[in-house]
Amino acid sequence: MMAATQPVAPSAEDAGKALQKQLLAEYYHSLSDEGRNGRKVAYLFVPGNVVELTQCFDMLPVYPEINALQCGIKKVAGDNILRAENLGYSSDVCGYVKNDIGLMLADRQSPFGQLPKPDLLVCNFSGCNTFVKWFEALAHFYGAELFVLDVPYLRERSPSKADVDYVTAQLEELAAVCERITGVPFDRQRLRGVLGQSVEAERRWVEVLHTAKAHPSPFDAYFEAVFYMAPLNILRGTEGCAEYYRLLLEDLRSRVHEGRGPIPEEKFRVVIEGPPPWPHFRSFWELFKRWGVCSVASTYSKVGGLFDQGIFHDPSRPFESIAEYAMNSYTNWNLGLRLDLLRRYLKEYEADALVIHSVKSCRSFSVGQADFRDALTRGEGIPTLMVESDLADPRYYSEAQLKNRIDAFFESLAHRRLVGG
Amino acid sequence: MYVPTELIQAAGALPVSLFGAGGSVEISHADSRIQSFVCSISRSTLELGLRGHLQVLDGMVFPSICDVARNLSGVWTRNFPDRLVEFLHLPQNRDSPSAIAYAVAEYRRFLAALEKLTGRTVRPEDLAGAIEEHNEEREAAAALLDLRRTTPWLLDAWESGLLIRAGSVMERGAHARMLRRAVAAAKERDRKPKDRVRVLVLGAFCEQPPLELVRTIEEAGCYVLEDDLLLGLRWFREPVVADGDPLRALAEAYVTASPPSSVSHYRGTPKQDMLVQRVKELGAAGVVFCTAKFCEPALYDQVLYKERLEAAGVPYVHVEFEEKMTTFDNVRTQVETFVESILFE
Repeated sequence: MMAATQPVAPSAEDAGKALQKQLLAEYYHSLSDEGRNGRKVAYLFVPGNVVELTQCFDMLPVYPEINALQCGIKKVAGDNILRAENLGYSSDVCGYVKNDIGLMLADRQSPFGQLPKPDLLVCNFSGCNTFVKWFEALAHFYGAELFVLDVPYLRERSPSKADVDYVTAQLEELAAVCERITGVPFDRQRLRGVLGQSVEAERRWVEVLHTAKAHPSPFDAYFEAVFYMAPLNILRGTEGCAEYYRLLLEDLRSRVHEGRGPIPEEKFRVVIEGPPPWPHFRSFWELFKRWGVCSVASTYSKVGGLFDQGIFHDPSRPFESIAEYAMNSYTNWNLGLRLDLLRRYLKEYEADALVIHSVKSCRSFSVGQADFRDALTRGEGIPTLMVESDLADPRYYSEAQLKNRIDAFFESLAHRRLVGG
Repeated sequence: MYVPTELIQAAGALPVSLFGAGGSVEISHADSRIQSFVCSISRSTLELGLRGHLQVLDGMVFPSICDVARNLSGVWTRNFPDRLVEFLHLPQNRDSPSAIAYAVAEYRRFLAALEKLTGRTVRPEDLAGAIEEHNEEREAAAALLDLRRTTPWLLDAWESGLLIRAGSVMERGAHARMLRRAVAAAKERDRKPKDRVRVLVLGAFCEQPPLELVRTIEEAGCYVLEDDLLLGLRWFREPVVADGDPLRALAEAYVTASPPSSVSHYRGTPKQDMLVQRVKELGAAGVVFCTAKFCEPALYDQVLYKERLEAAGVPYVHVEFEEKMTTFDNVRTQVETFVESILFE
């Protein structure tokens, strides 16, 4: 497995991009016909995934969400979405799902090579019901086996014993399914070893996130974090992944020491809620950069795990900790917990405002965001900007409209600061 | 959708099922709390709440329907702090041997919250009694639906929809009696079969279409043999046997005897295959998909349904609705064309 062996370049923007490219190239090669070496393929979702478990059976993970975001960045999501709509998918359903169906219809030819078909679909549907529909459709079209890992929504502050028991029991059942499909016997000791690698990466990632408490923040905790988090979401449980975060942390610490940030002058510190508009990622970022805005914390960078909230895998409690990790996905938290998290981020990272990017595709993320805005602006006087577009569908991105809203918001923040309000 | 209302009844409360505002309110307050790209039922239910029209209710229960309904439970919690708000995570992996134990725990958690609300301790016999009354109601509803399946000219789909819906605000026993009287009265009707095509209507299990829409489908030349309107109010097809621990019996029934629906994962025969099978069993000529705008569970499922129907040579048509829909001319034309294509095939 690969590690980032080159030091990170001074420009975090370029370095993030280069590293992401490098990591993904290796990963996607492993998915190709030459790279697979007869290994079975498990499709997984990012939030609450069980990659440590599937890894114990030498299965290769494929993440349709990550394929979708990559297609978004490479600007082919629009075509994929149209193909799925031609098949009968509504314009009102999730763009990620349609991107994936569109890819399937195009013989799984993606900008990063041909993706393999699934041998097993593991619907770890943490916090998103659409996941179930998505993999039901893939099971239908590919004729692949589907395992729905039911992850109870976090209805209270923490999972109950019954919740943990339920998920743990299902993980045991899933292990048996993987055993049957791959012929590899389940080795609990091996799982502990893989989880050990995961924890190392997770702990370093938390330290990475905490560096954004510095003034100026050494990196953008939204626009750059989404690149930095890629290894954690794709290669968790491997040595290369843990090593990557060691190097990244080193680099960020030196940036803090030098007082270097991602923009020439950090004028506004914001917390960002919601996924980015992948097909227009760069232009969206520019709309903030020009105001000297740096994101110091974001919720989207936590979709792969709320490690910074103390939710870590634990090799001494393998299945229980995977269960707890899955239930503690960001979108599996109830809205009260999510709102409290936003408040904590605003305070701990000394942010000036909250920015919400509401995406139509993902109701699990979006529904409730308007209520967050109401709670924070009306209730607590925290400046909150809410803008809408989509994470995958380029048709929902209206640059002029977004620019107007963003300009007006930061203009008023700047004015407020000027008059000492 | 489905909520184990037996628990509510046993705790001494009246279960009331909400189905939005049916286009009767303008959305204004809810706009500040929920985006415009979600279904009418979520928006108008919240609007009713924010306008104070739901003050009569002591609590709100959100079952596992979709991401919107689930998150709406959180919006409700913050906006109505003096009310009981519960989200029920019903088991989605019903093949897991552990699903029943989980469902039992979830029902117990819910029951405890209800007991706190009403101040009443629920004894097993209270719950058994509630299950019995619900069984009676479901049996009466099944008789009503049977009548439509066999002699659809005696009872229109919009009528049966209304009759079932009455149960959303009635005591179960009273509703059962009402349904039985309706069945008896319908059988007395002097109506002759018309030359209509027999169809299934699918997709309106949660948000309800305007009554006029269902009527339009029928008037355009269809007998609706079966539909999934108000599915949650008539969930189980067989009585729940409340022997032993009634709460466990209820939880077990959910895991083992739930009907296929777009709101829960079903690992047995895929729903799309079951639909084709059902069309054949009933001798239906086609399927009318009737889905609410923005309803993701229905919109995802219908792609798979359509695929299988096409493969089996079963015609279908798709109409989309919203609560505030007022003109049905397009639907009429669409369904008439569909009917003609079947009749003249």
